[in-house]
Amino acid sequence: MATEETHYLNATHGWKSWLLTTDHKRIAMLYLISITLMFFVGGTMAVLFRINLLQPEGIFSAETYNRLFSMHGIVMVFFFLVPSIPATLANFLIPIMIGAKDLAFPRINLLSWYIYIIGAVFAMFAIIRGGVDTGWTFYAPYSSTYSNSYVLTAAMGVFIAGFSSILTGLNFIVTVHKMRAPGMTWSRLPLFVWANYATGLIQVLGTPVLAITVLLLAFERIAHVGIFDPNIGGDPILFQHLFWFYSHPAVYIMILPGMGVISEIVACFSRKRPFGYNFIAFSSMGIAVLSFVVWGHHMFVTGEAMYTSVAFSFLSFMVAVPSAIKVFNWTATMYKGSVSFDTPMLYAFGFIGLFTIGGLTGLFLAALATDVATHGTYFIVAHFHYVMVGGMVMAFLGGLHFWWPKITGRMYPEAWSKFACMIIFIGFNLTFFPQFILGYLGMPRRYHAYPPEFQALNVLSTAGASILGIGYLIPMIYFAWSIKFGPKASANPWNAAGLEWQIASPPTTFNFDETPTVTEEAYDYDGARYYEPMEEVVG
Amino acid sequence: MLGMWTFLITEVLFFGGMFGAYAVYRNMYPGAFASTSRYMDVVLGGTNTAVLICSSLTMVLAVRAAQLSKRKDLILFLILTMIFGSAFLGVKAFEYHSKWVEHLVPGFGFQYEHAPEYLHPAQLLFFLYFCMTGMHAIHMIVGLGLLTYLLVQAVRNQYNEYYFAPVEMIGLYWHFVDVVWIFLFPLLYLIGQRH
Repeated sequence: MATEETHYLNATHGWKSWLLTTDHKRIAMLYLISITLMFFVGGTMAVLFRINLLQPEGIFSAETYNRLFSMHGIVMVFFFLVPSIPATLANFLIPIMIGAKDLAFPRINLLSWYIYIIGAVFAMFAIIRGGVDTGWTFYAPYSSTYSNSYVLTAAMGVFIAGFSSILTGLNFIVTVHKMRAPGMTWSRLPLFVWANYATGLIQVLGTPVLAITVLLLAFERIAHVGIFDPNIGGDPILFQHLFWFYSHPAVYIMILPGMGVISEIVACFSRKRPFGYNFIAFSSMGIAVLSFVVWGHHMFVTGEAMYTSVAFSFLSFMVAVPSAIKVFNWTATMYKGSVSFDTPMLYAFGFIGLFTIGGLTGLFLAALATDVATHGTYFIVAHFHYVMVGGMVMAFLGGLHFWWPKITGRMYPEAWSKFACMIIFIGFNLTFFPQFILGYLGMPRRYHAYPPEFQALNVLSTAGASILGIGYLIPMIYFAWSIKFGPKASANPWNAAGLEWQIASPPTTFNFDETPTVTEEAYDYDGARYYEPMEEVVG
Repeated sequence: MLGMWTFLITEVLFFGGMFGAYAVYRNMYPGAFASTSRYMDVVLGGTNTAVLICSSLTMVLAVRAAQLSKRKDLILFLILTMIFGSAFLGVKAFEYHSKWVEHLVPGFGFQYEHAPEYLHPAQLLFFLYFCMTGMHAIHMIVGLGLLTYLLVQAVRNQYNEYYFAPVEMIGLYWHFVDVVWIFLFPLLYLIGQRH
């Protein structure tokens, strides 16, 4: 390599070229930095309240504890998980995967980042001033009438960030419909694109309802008009219905992109076309549709009518089916494939196992009788952390590792990455498995103190959390290191199929010199080819 | 265009949340909601409805003019649409003012003398009235801003039969805002009326 090549990272210089960019790849990087910062903010809260839970009588006051877990939830859900893969990996990869130069609306893409930042500023302001203590669910009438915390500021942060999500979804939908290269039919799309397209549909349809819910909450808080206040004729359950109408689909926003990543990784590291491509693609769409009709399962103990509960319970069982179809298909992809154990694949294994546990425990919660026993306990906390952290965050890290050479043109250190993956896996299970037991034994969530007999399991959980925290720090360090000092990567270090691997690492600003014409089916692997050793990566 | 349709679908969901709240509370307090109709001036509301429908007509004619490269007609119809839109907002402002004078603004000294047993549910209805028509008015103001942009561009002769997409897209937005009003008007003004 005699001369330094021009690519999207070094094509233009100066802070204006980054802050006023319309290049989807640069915007993805801006998002990556922002959400990583928010992840550490939310993670710090978690470390603090897990320290509190070392002692049965608690260490901080109940007030402080309530604010810590509330801000942890708000930051992690709205400012980390919802944007995570869509705004970073999908933003970067979708145009390249379909053979386009950029998204359909590049300036709206940049606008969505600025909106996210403004929302994050509101949230950070709320945190600095002391946070909210309502839980991320903002239930009325506590949030609307009685709480003495910064509900309005936090709610406005969420409201604003919601528009960032809507614009991202809108951009993806139009891009996938209108900007595919010649020959890139729907059935040739990578499954990652299908997953993010389905996510975009949910974002576009569900987030506006959150927007109006939060707005109504804000008016209630300012003017006390009574929409959610039972003293003057309002109904707090209405808040819950409106809130969960968005927030249930939101959890599918927070998992579908991860599933898309896993489809890509499993295919590449099994050297095989994903088993049941159509089933995986349509299951993403099925999840998107069904996600809108199960919100009542968050409200089984709020006095829902019996037949309503039965209907929601049945539909919640149904929504598990497409997810299970994906798990079976990934497993079938590995069968008789040539499986290698690079770091992205290790994260994929972790995802498949942990998401399965999380998903199965979701079925316990869909069943009415067990939900009544475990609602509001640590069983629920463990369930959603298994799917969100054991699932989505693992998928996010796996995807980061898989596409890192493409995004930065550098390789991360494989030994450290495998080590970090192990630490994360061990730390994660140590943190959250005891919580299933705690929940089953009856320990309620959102309490700063607990009966002494639960202490041992809580201490285990906190120990796990510290290990998990260290596990997350290690990739931050070696990823940062690799940007300057990592070995340079070739265009296709994994020998993977897909348009993104046909262009340089890192890509040039407009991705393709000429629009490609797609003639082959997606995932053109053949099982007989063996994976080349890592030494050939450098060059 | 697909982008604008997708955005409008999000707007449907956005307003839908408020319509949902309205449906729930009206179901719970039918008597109270019906009693509020005496404060809703059907003449003004009906006039506003007619005004908006006319504005949608002039908007469609504007799109047609752009498609036929008729610059003068395009400018004329855009201006007419804006006049109708402003008239709507003017009537709305007058209605808001009279609500204020009659102490019917929730949170600011709300009173309901003629049927005190309905005080709280009526307050709910008026809150929803202000929320829904307020959100609608904000969307109309944004629409007027977009129409101003179109007008400036039309004066600069930017639209013709080869390129009229922005006129079409903003026309679609304008029609959507009109349709929202078509739903709002009967739900807020015509309940409990015995005409």
